[in-house]
Amino acid sequence: MNLLAILQSELTQFGNALPGVISQGLIWGIMAIGVYITYKILDFPDLTVDGSIGTGGAVALMLILNGVPVWIALIAAFAAGCLAGLVTGLLNTLLGIPGILAGILTQIALYSVNLAILGSANKSISVDKFPLLLSSRRVAVSGGFAVFGWEVGKCVLIVAVLTAVLYWFFGTEYGFTIRATGCNSNMARAQGINTKKSTVIALVLSNGLVGLSGGLLAQYQGFADVNMGRGAIVIGLAAVIIGEVLGSAIMGKRFNFVARLAFTATGGIIYYLVLQIVMQIGLDSTYNKLFSAIVVVIFLAVPYIRNAAKTSYGRAAKNAASRAIGKGDSEDA
Amino acid sequence: MLELIDVKKTFNAGTINEKKALNGVSIKLDEGDFVTIIGGNGAGKSTTLNAVAGVWPIDSGAIIINGKNVAGLPEHKRAAFIGRVFQDPMTGTAATMEIQENLALAKRRGNPRGLSWGIKRAEREEYHELLKMLDLGLEDRMTSKVGLLSGGQRQALTLLMATLKKPDILLLDEHTAALDPKTAAKVLELSDKIIEENHLTAMMVTHNMSAAIKHGNRLIMMNGGHIIYDVKGEEKKNLTVDMLLEKFEEASGMALSNDRMLLSKHNDM
Ligand SMILES: Nc1ncnc2c1ncn2[C@@H]1O[C@H](COP(=O)(O)OP(=O)(O)OP(=O)(O)O)[C@@H](O)[C@H]1O
Ligand SMILES: [Mg+2]
Repeated sequence: MNLLAILQSELTQFGNALPGVISQGLIWGIMAIGVYITYKILDFPDLTVDGSIGTGGAVALMLILNGVPVWIALIAAFAAGCLAGLVTGLLNTLLGIPGILAGILTQIALYSVNLAILGSANKSISVDKFPLLLSSRRVAVSGGFAVFGWEVGKCVLIVAVLTAVLYWFFGTEYGFTIRATGCNSNMARAQGINTKKSTVIALVLSNGLVGLSGGLLAQYQGFADVNMGRGAIVIGLAAVIIGEVLGSAIMGKRFNFVARLAFTATGGIIYYLVLQIVMQIGLDSTYNKLFSAIVVVIFLAVPYIRNAAKTSYGRAAKNAASRAIGKGDSEDA
Repeated sequence: MLELIDVKKTFNAGTINEKKALNGVSIKLDEGDFVTIIGGNGAGKSTTLNAVAGVWPIDSGAIIINGKNVAGLPEHKRAAFIGRVFQDPMTGTAATMEIQENLALAKRRGNPRGLSWGIKRAEREEYHELLKMLDLGLEDRMTSKVGLLSGGQRQALTLLMATLKKPDILLLDEHTAALDPKTAAKVLELSDKIIEENHLTAMMVTHNMSAAIKHGNRLIMMNGGHIIYDVKGEEKKNLTVDMLLEKFEEASGMALSNDRMLLSKHNDM
C-alpha cells in the first residue's frame, strides 16, 4: 500500500469519527461549563464532579429504563447533581471542611450512592427500545448527514441554551454576588453578601450542570456505570484551560463571558479531537486517563513556563554575573 | 448613632497565643461625628473597627447602631449600616469585575438581591457622574476591570463604593497608609469631602498624628485595648503633635516608641 492510500484511509476514519468527537466533546463541554463555574468564577477547586456526573447518569438511566419521559429524567439528573453540590457546599460552609476535602468526601460517598441507584456496577440502555435524546449509534456517518447532523445539532443547541441561561444568570444581582464572592470574599461580605450562601448556590448550580451532562452522556454511550466519572474533573479542567488559552488567543480583548462559556464547550471538543488523533496514531485506550492528565499538565505549565522564561532567577543571575565580571575581586580587596 | 458599651475581645483564648485585644471599649458617637483614632501598633484600633463591622463575634459588651444592638448580626448583615475602606487597596474591590459592576454591587449593600439585572442602564449614568467627581478619569473607563487600577484609584473607588448607599457609620482603617504621600493626601481630602457633604458619621484610624489632629471633630487614642484619651471640639482643634505624644506617655506610662508615629510627627499633611 502506498503512503497516499494510508493517508486517505486514516483521513476517512478521522472524518467518520468527527461527528462522534463533536457530540461527545460537547456533552463533556457541559460538564466543563460546570467546572468553569466553580474553578474560575467561584475559585473553588471542586472535586465533587467525579461523583456527580455518575449520579446524573445513573438517575437519568434508571428513570428512562422505568418509562419516565427523557426530559423529566434529565431534569432529575440536574436535580441530583444539585443535591451533590449542596452536600459539598454544606460540608464546606456549615462544617468548615476545606473545599478540596469536602469535594473528595462527597465524591467518595457518591460512589456508593451511584452503585445503589444503578443496582449493579453498570447498566445499559438500548436506543432501539427507548426514545433517547442522544445516541452514539446515530452519529455514524453511514447513517447520512440528516441523522448525524441533527444529533450533533442537538448537542450544539443544548450548549447554546445553557450558555444563554448562564449569561443571563451571571448578569443578575444574584450572579454578581457569586462573582464577587469568588473574586474577593472580604469585599463581598463588606458589601452585604452572604458569601457562604453564594458559595453553596454556585456549587449547586455547577454540579447540576455536571449531573445533566452525566444524564446526556449515559444516553449517548448507551450505559451508565459506577466508574463513568473517574477522572471527569481532569477532563473538565482540560476543556476549561484549552478553551481559555484558545479563546484569549483568538478573541483577545473581546474575550467576554459568553465567549468564555462557548470556548469552554469548544475546549471539550478539542480535547476529544486530540484524543481521537492520538488514538488513531496508536495510543491504547488504556492510557486515556494518563493522556488527559498530561494534557492538563501541558496547558497549565506552558503559560507558567513561558512567563517564567521572561523573568527567571537564572536569567537574573546570568545578567548580574556579566555585570559583575572584573569588578568583584577588586572591590572585595 | 454608634455606641460601644464595654466591648471585649480575646483572640485565641485559652492557648499560649491568647491575646486580649479589646479590654472593655466604650464610646458613644453622635450623629455626624468624625473620629480619628491613633495609637501604637497592636493598640486595638483595627480590632475596634472590626468589632463594629462584625468580622467576628465579640466576647461581651454591646454594639448599638441607630438604637439597635447589632452584636448578634453577622458581618454581611451588619454591612447594611456600615461602609468600609481598608488599609490594603486590594481588599475593598473585586479585581476581576468592572468598575461599574463594583459600584453596582455597592449600590445594593443592605438590599435583598434577586434575579433582576445586576446593573441597570440608568445606574450607568449615575455612576458616570459620580466617577467624574473623583477627577481621576475613571468615568471613561467604567467597563475596565478594577484590577487594572492603581492603588490610589482603587482606594478612591472603594471610598465611593462605601458611601454610594449612605452608611450609618463609615469605617476607614489606615486607608491611605499604602499610598504615596501625594495620593494619600488626595484620598484623605476626598474622604473629608464625602464625609462632609453626606453628613456621615465616621471613624478613621491613622498613624499620622497631624492628620489625626487636622481631620474630624473628635480624636481618640488607644493603648492596650483601651481608649486612653478622648477629645473633641475646641480642645481637639488646639492639639499639637507634641501634646499628643505627651498625653500618650502620661496615660500609658511609657514612651511612644513607634517608628511610624514618630516619623509622621514631622510629616505635615
Ligand atoms: N484575627 C486576629 N487573630 C488573632 N489576633 C489578632 C487578630 N486581630 C488582631 N489581633 C491581635 O490583637 C491585637 C490588636 O491588634 P489590632 O490589629 O487591633 O492593632 P492596631 O491598633 O490596629 O495596630 P496597627 O497599628 O499595627 O494596625 C494585636 O496584638 C493583634 O496581634
Ligand atoms: Mg491596624
